[in-house]
Amino acid sequence: MWRIAGSLSAAVVLVLTWLAAGRWELVDPFLLPPLPDVLGRLAEDARGGDFATNAGLTFYRTVLGFAIACAIGIPLGIMVARGRWLRWFMEPLISIGFPMPKIAFLPVFILWFGLYDVSKVVMVAFAAVFTVIAAAEAGMRGVDKFLVWSARSMGVGPLALFWDVLLPAAMPQIFTGLQIALPTALITTVAAEMLMGGSGLGGAMLQSGRFADSVGVYAGIVETAAVGVVVVAAMAQLRQWLLRWHPEFARR
Amino acid sequence: MKDRATPGRAMLGRAVPVLIVLAAWEAATRLGLVSPAMLPPFSTVLVALGGLVADGDLWRNLLASGPRSLAGFAAAVVVGTVLGGGMALSTGFRSVVNPVVQVFYPLPKSALIPLLLVWFGLGDTSKAVLVFLGCLLPVVLSTYNGIAGVDHVLVWSARSMGASRLAIVRDVLLPAASPAILTGIRTAIAFMFLLMVSSELVIATNGLGYLIGSLGDAGSYPAMFAVILTVTALGYAADRGFLALSRHWLRWRE
Repeated sequence: MWRIAGSLSAAVVLVLTWLAAGRWELVDPFLLPPLPDVLGRLAEDARGGDFATNAGLTFYRTVLGFAIACAIGIPLGIMVARGRWLRWFMEPLISIGFPMPKIAFLPVFILWFGLYDVSKVVMVAFAAVFTVIAAAEAGMRGVDKFLVWSARSMGVGPLALFWDVLLPAAMPQIFTGLQIALPTALITTVAAEMLMGGSGLGGAMLQSGRFADSVGVYAGIVETAAVGVVVVAAMAQLRQWLLRWHPEFARR
Repeated sequence: MKDRATPGRAMLGRAVPVLIVLAAWEAATRLGLVSPAMLPPFSTVLVALGGLVADGDLWRNLLASGPRSLAGFAAAVVVGTVLGGGMALSTGFRSVVNPVVQVFYPLPKSALIPLLLVWFGLGDTSKAVLVFLGCLLPVVLSTYNGIAGVDHVLVWSARSMGASRLAIVRDVLLPAASPAILTGIRTAIAFMFLLMVSSELVIATNGLGYLIGSLGDAGSYPAMFAVILTVTALGYAADRGFLALSRHWLRWRE
């Protein structure tokens, strides 16, 4: 109860401050445009279809790149965890790729895949894939040995061992990695759109910034945050559904 | 016979796969499997790197990127630890700060680049503030989770032995939470490099990200690859260095 009151009060204070700043021009309206103006622009974007187009493009690039990263990263991470030689080969490469600022490769992908969607999607997949590989590997390696031994002693074959024991046991940690990788994918999409244009929320926002249209910048941030909230919440829901058998959610 | 690998030999073993990849890169371009226009040979990139070092371009832009990014990062570590600690220790403080954290958490930080351009212009400040904002959340969340997760028995026993509130924070909570805090800082280091490069690619007149972008626009791809490799190496060195440092700090835990 108290917590809800506290959260609400913080939000109310934030909104009131913003309103007051606009009403009495406490801050240069260029730096902080009045809240009604920003809300008006949001409504305009929503009605005119700009929001649907840009958010749709950003969402599509993010999800497609992320899906590619999962399709490559999860099997690869599992193989790295299970195979000694592959681990020897991949581990140093992953430890280089993991902290690397992946966005630095954007000019390379533009060179290789052109200026359109392919290079953006490849960029997003590349940015997300190392997190996915690392999570899949750590999840696989973290599976309790006793679980594997008892399954084996009960005569479970290697295929069933993988599908019925290893994969479910590694699932929570793999999914945690995916929950980190998805926001990374969204950040990368927005950055790539800013750098390359071609619509999307990032492209629209940078356009506004270049034309000194600060109302457009604020509206763009709110729209991007909205996409972020939806994406993060959807992943949390998916986790709850996929792992509904797991003790993590048993108490709810 | 199984001889124990010394740290030096282990490092050497880890370098072999990287060398294999670099050799494959060189071979693929030399044998004409990949067009040199698409991927310049590794040796050409090294030569270009030498050129960048010799004419001072690399050094100048590194000096532009480094201080402002480190300033934002250092501020984020200090402010983040305080905020996270405050959230863990005080319910009232948490109820005020938490909504702000919840709002900012899913916001892609790169979306703030145009806003910071409007607020702070093209100079150092906009980049330092972006790095600060981006690095802040991982530190806040890991400090909060670390301190909130400290075993209550530790706190109770310290209190029963008459430790003051300050002493409990300094001698019990912070050390017990330090692995989590250090993990958060390690994430923040990666964020620092990411935000540094992406902000400089978008809005800057100097810095390593700007150098990558301008070399790419000019079509000097070997030099562009050379800067990308440099940034990658810097990120790796910072990550490994911090990891070694945190192991050293946490050696008492063994």
